[in-house]
Amino acid sequence: MKIKILAFGVAKDILGGTSVNLELINDATVYNLQYLLEQQYPRLKQLSSYMVAVNNEYALPGDSLHERDEIAIIPPVSGG
Amino acid sequence: MILIIKLLTSDIQISSKPLNIQSAIDWVMSPESGGIDVFIGTVRNSTKGKPVIRLEFEAYEPMAIAEMEKIVKQASDKWPVQKALIHHRIGVLEVGEIPVIIAVSAAHRAAAFDACRYIIDTLKQTVPIWKKEVFEDGEVWVAAHP
Repeated sequence: MKIKILAFGVAKDILGGTSVNLELINDATVYNLQYLLEQQYPRLKQLSSYMVAVNNEYALPGDSLHERDEIAIIPPVSGG
Repeated sequence: MILIIKLLTSDIQISSKPLNIQSAIDWVMSPESGGIDVFIGTVRNSTKGKPVIRLEFEAYEPMAIAEMEKIVKQASDKWPVQKALIHHRIGVLEVGEIPVIIAVSAAHRAAAFDACRYIIDTLKQTVPIWKKEVFEDGEVWVAAHP
């Protein structure tokens, strides 16, 4: 399945844009996505931490992804 | 059966225009309130002794609004809050400008103080908003790297 990933903050610099499109196996998990992203963008591993959000909610590594999900990389937040 | 309805009114906004302190305060005030507590974040001119020229904020807006709504809900579950407001600015902010205003009203001051502090502390931990510090010789996304 094709998925689109939104990037914010430092993740935008690491991925080289505000979004990237990836091809993933059907029912891939957040963990699978993170593994793939870290292979392609090793600088992600240098961050203090980062989360994946699915449909505007923080997701857990075991959560499944679906084709039309809105997926975002959430580097350490620093609002306020 | 006794039905208890606890009403909380909230106003949560992300804006690229300057925030207005007075209108935030006016919005949380009500005849039922015994006190309001306000937190105003301001852009500091230095970080760890290094001069900061400006800050640049960006937000994942739909998720940031959803997370701020959760925080306000949690605060009203913990304390008897009447009205709660969060206004967060995005874009380029110069030294002295206001990135965030939190305002809370309650019947008694303890709830207003506690809820206001909870809201700003939790916002800083969970709401997907990011700031970049711009120095004379470079720039850095705050908290991104260890």
